[in-house]
Amino acid sequence: MARWSYPRPSPGEITPRSVWLGRRQMLAGAAVTAAEWGAGRASHAYGAGLHTRPGPFQATEKPTPLTDVTHYNNFYEFGLDKSDPATYSAAFQPRPWTLSVEGLVAHPRVWDLDQLIASMPMEERLYRMRCVEAWSMVIPWDGFALSELLRQAEPLGNARYVSFESVVRPDQMPGQRSGLDSLSWPYVEGLRLDEAMNPLTILAVGLYGEMLPNQNGAPVRLVVPWKYGFKGIKSITRIRLVADMPPTTWNRMSPDEYGFYANVNPEVDHPRWSQSSERVIGAGGFFGGGRKKTLMFNGYGEQVASMYAGMDLRTSY
Amino acid sequence: MPRIIRSGRNHVVVPWRGEVWIIALLGLLPAAVYFWYGAQDRLGPDPVNVFERWLGLWAVRFLVLTLLVTPLRVLAGYSLLRYRRMLGLLVFAYACLHVGTYVILDQQGNLGVLVQDITHRPFLLLGFVAFVLLSLLAATSTNWSMRRLGRQWGRLHRLVYGVALLVAVHFLMAFKTYNATSIGYAAILGMLVLWRVPDLWRKRMRRVP
Repeated sequence: MARWSYPRPSPGEITPRSVWLGRRQMLAGAAVTAAEWGAGRASHAYGAGLHTRPGPFQATEKPTPLTDVTHYNNFYEFGLDKSDPATYSAAFQPRPWTLSVEGLVAHPRVWDLDQLIASMPMEERLYRMRCVEAWSMVIPWDGFALSELLRQAEPLGNARYVSFESVVRPDQMPGQRSGLDSLSWPYVEGLRLDEAMNPLTILAVGLYGEMLPNQNGAPVRLVVPWKYGFKGIKSITRIRLVADMPPTTWNRMSPDEYGFYANVNPEVDHPRWSQSSERVIGAGGFFGGGRKKTLMFNGYGEQVASMYAGMDLRTSY
Repeated sequence: MPRIIRSGRNHVVVPWRGEVWIIALLGLLPAAVYFWYGAQDRLGPDPVNVFERWLGLWAVRFLVLTLLVTPLRVLAGYSLLRYRRMLGLLVFAYACLHVGTYVILDQQGNLGVLVQDITHRPFLLLGFVAFVLLSLLAATSTNWSMRRLGRQWGRLHRLVYGVALLVAVHFLMAFKTYNATSIGYAAILGMLVLWRVPDLWRKRMRRVP
């Protein structure tokens, strides 16, 4: 497999494009409003280019506009409102970053993220993303197959699940400071080992060809396109191979609404709303006709349905 | 300017001609502004959802104002009774817009989903029942209805307390986690109903022979 060799400066050292763009504009005497300047700075490492090659499983839909992908986020660590992550994530420092792979593996390892990025085959994957709240986007992610990383760690025979843990930094994440309205931190997620090894499952480190903006889960997040978006845990620090089904954050919060599997399924409704169709984000105003039918496994049945053969997806939702 | 007339211990605020209608127009402004934004694609990436929630929030706000009229008279001595009908009708107007946006813009008239909503989802059933009750109150809000129903009118319109409780729970359920906004409004609605309980109890006692 063709390996992509990483350029000399580590991503954290590269001046974010928004910053140098801003500088250039200021030098040119262009009118940069204070608001635009602030918004540019909000996405910290965003702007550093990633050299990726197109991978398999490219969706045929039109990608959601970048501004919508970066300004409509569920990332409760930064607040409950969809615009909160873009607004309040400027102080978050995605570098330096370590990612620990541990638990039931032959070769546990604490990776420096930039080293990991440099050693992995980077691909672009244009994936549909279906949120449990019945909206959807189409996002060009940049990243690598999770299976690559797990294979290097060599899961032991008794490893049956993979658990993921997100970062806890109340000083940089305002949503982790509020008491009443919060989930319990750290955010945790999990996959069955075969789901984690599925070629569709990736760890994303960028989108639209550039480093992940803070509000999208910098510096590394999970993308599992046939599952509801909340399975895609952000800002991952720890990946642990385990024997038993690990707890997951939303399931702990409300077990009857959010299951462990959380496979996109138009037949199984959320207790409070129908999952049979979805609002298309960025369709353009009230009359853009932004609703479409939801597909079983979000349209990835060919790649994943066999993993759930014989299971009752009504009870294992 | 409205006139203030003293009546016993109370100050009764009497609107000048047309004032109530101006309040109605001002009250509809939040809906009009957001509709204008939405039609121009200026409500962000998920405009229908934003509009839907905005209308629901304003319905709750006007419901709180409607229910504040009596405590304001009893506790502070200022009667805004002459404004209350229009405040209540604004609640109904926003409820109509809220439900209409859900049915037409959001679900695009998908009847199957709407039937499922009412038969399978308590969250939406609560909202639907509140809307039906509000419609009943709006339909009987005319002078003619008041004369016609006599003493029954007051009893019928106590249904607004039921609406307040239904709306409070519906609002709490509209979020994935507990949050300051819905808890705050639900608590205010709850207190406004609770404050009336002793009085309602007394009225009930009086009817016992």
